[in-house]
Amino acid sequence: MAKFIVSSSPHVRNKRTVSGIMLEVLISLAPAVVASVYFFGFYALFIEILSVGAAVGAEYLYNLAMKKEQTIRDCSAMVTGLLLALNLPPSVPFYVPIIGSAFAIVFVKMLFGGIGKNFANPAIAARIFLLLAWASLMTQFVRPISWQNGEAFRYFGCILKGPEGLKTVAAVSTATPLSSLRSSVSYAKDLPILSMFLGNIGGSLGETSALALLLGGVYLIVRGIIDWRVPASFIGTVALFALIFGAAKGNAGAFILPSLFGGGLFLGAFFMATDYSTTPNTKWGLLVFGFGCGVITSLIRFFGNYPEGVSFAILLMNIVTPLIDKAIKPRPFGFVKQAKKGGQAK
Amino acid sequence: MKNTKLNTLTNGIVKSNPTFKLVLGTCPTLAVTTQALNGLAMGAAVTFVLLCSNVMISLLKKVIPDRVRIPAYVVIIATFVTVVQMVMQKFLPSLYDALGVFLPLIVVNCIILARAEAFASCNPVLDSALDGIGMGFGFTLSLTFIGIVRELLGAGSFFGLPIGSLGNVSMTVFILPAGGFLVYGTLMALVNFLTRVAENRKYEKKSEAKPSAEKEA
Repeated sequence: MAKFIVSSSPHVRNKRTVSGIMLEVLISLAPAVVASVYFFGFYALFIEILSVGAAVGAEYLYNLAMKKEQTIRDCSAMVTGLLLALNLPPSVPFYVPIIGSAFAIVFVKMLFGGIGKNFANPAIAARIFLLLAWASLMTQFVRPISWQNGEAFRYFGCILKGPEGLKTVAAVSTATPLSSLRSSVSYAKDLPILSMFLGNIGGSLGETSALALLLGGVYLIVRGIIDWRVPASFIGTVALFALIFGAAKGNAGAFILPSLFGGGLFLGAFFMATDYSTTPNTKWGLLVFGFGCGVITSLIRFFGNYPEGVSFAILLMNIVTPLIDKAIKPRPFGFVKQAKKGGQAK
Repeated sequence: MKNTKLNTLTNGIVKSNPTFKLVLGTCPTLAVTTQALNGLAMGAAVTFVLLCSNVMISLLKKVIPDRVRIPAYVVIIATFVTVVQMVMQKFLPSLYDALGVFLPLIVVNCIILARAEAFASCNPVLDSALDGIGMGFGFTLSLTFIGIVRELLGAGSFFGLPIGSLGNVSMTVFILPAGGFLVYGTLMALVNFLTRVAENRKYEKKSEAKPSAEKEA
């Protein structure tokens, strides 16, 4: 008689571990971190370290207080902390990343059961929390520094009071390309597209350099960490809406590139809309998820009160994810359709 | 059971606190607690209505036909709410404006209806009055508590008095509805945690007092 081993799932294992995946994500974020330091000086690195430290510390203390097994070694808190830091303006005072990271870890992640059980991406939820908490600090952006003029440590002046702490406030604040994107075709046409692609422009720490984010995103897709469907449908939908909006304003192409390279689209699409536990399980579900993110982002950008809508879009779609999973169910292995109605099954 | 009267009175303050334990009246709780003073005023108004309606319903419990008891309760409650509303509009106009629509909405506040239905309609007058006072006091305490936390974090002040330069770093989100839910949930967890710890301690003391058989079981 043959012996059968009875065991519960999972039956197929590979060598991927949570910490391995998280390390890959950290590696893929390295270009964005380098870009943030290059464009905003060493204060950017300081904020990133502070945020990562606070996230790991919060998880450690939570586990300690709740008498749970330590989970900081899976590196997911580091990823959350770093993503949150990249979402912050370069001129935030020191307490913003600390409180933001602690909120992300304790309220969004650990209280719901820890990694894999959070209902929304912790970094996104924390960013929105900070936006609502300190609206002015979170929406004031400073211009990139100039290394020739010895400004490498310039934004350390923000450490206590934010942009107010700098001596020349008026000369420092800058509008982000998105802040009046919807206004006119001529405005959109005058935007410095190359600077926006490279990142030499005002914005959040990690979102300005589309190039660095693209490098990291492609790395993640090539390594098989994230599925291409969410970023592709997210970015594609935003481009499509920019095309429609442009066409309605008389110049179809004017808004496409600024919409893609401006704001947090790449950061959101590659790194935050691809969180495993907050995205649908099926391939079609992922496409729907990305499409929804793109629609909400475009609507907020072109018609809403906020200049940027990526984080709201991802948060809303995170919340809708269980509904998408309910509507689009995976086909069981070996399932045969009863009646074929043309078209291809995937 | 000697202390039933006292128990009736203190029941609403911690053991079945309407806000944190029974989770009743959450709508006004979340809406008006942006400031400690608003929470206190709302609590006081509810306490008054609760006391009067409990007494009235307890007095009339034999007279009110069972089938129409809910409309009858609502009419009684609405009467007292109107009294509170008029008094407040006359003497505390700023508070009247701050509480806004939530003052007339006390009519359909589920704490009052719940106590009418669950307690006053089947208990004597004195007990109903004590229950009303206890429940109202518990509600007031919790609302003021939530209001203090939200005002402190959201505006950096305590009952309208600014505390140092805390206002410069205050987090607006706590005055917004999102922060209301956040504070409410956190405090509810905290209160439940603390009462559980207290109960466990009481239980341990009891089992220490009576050792052997009970402990082993």
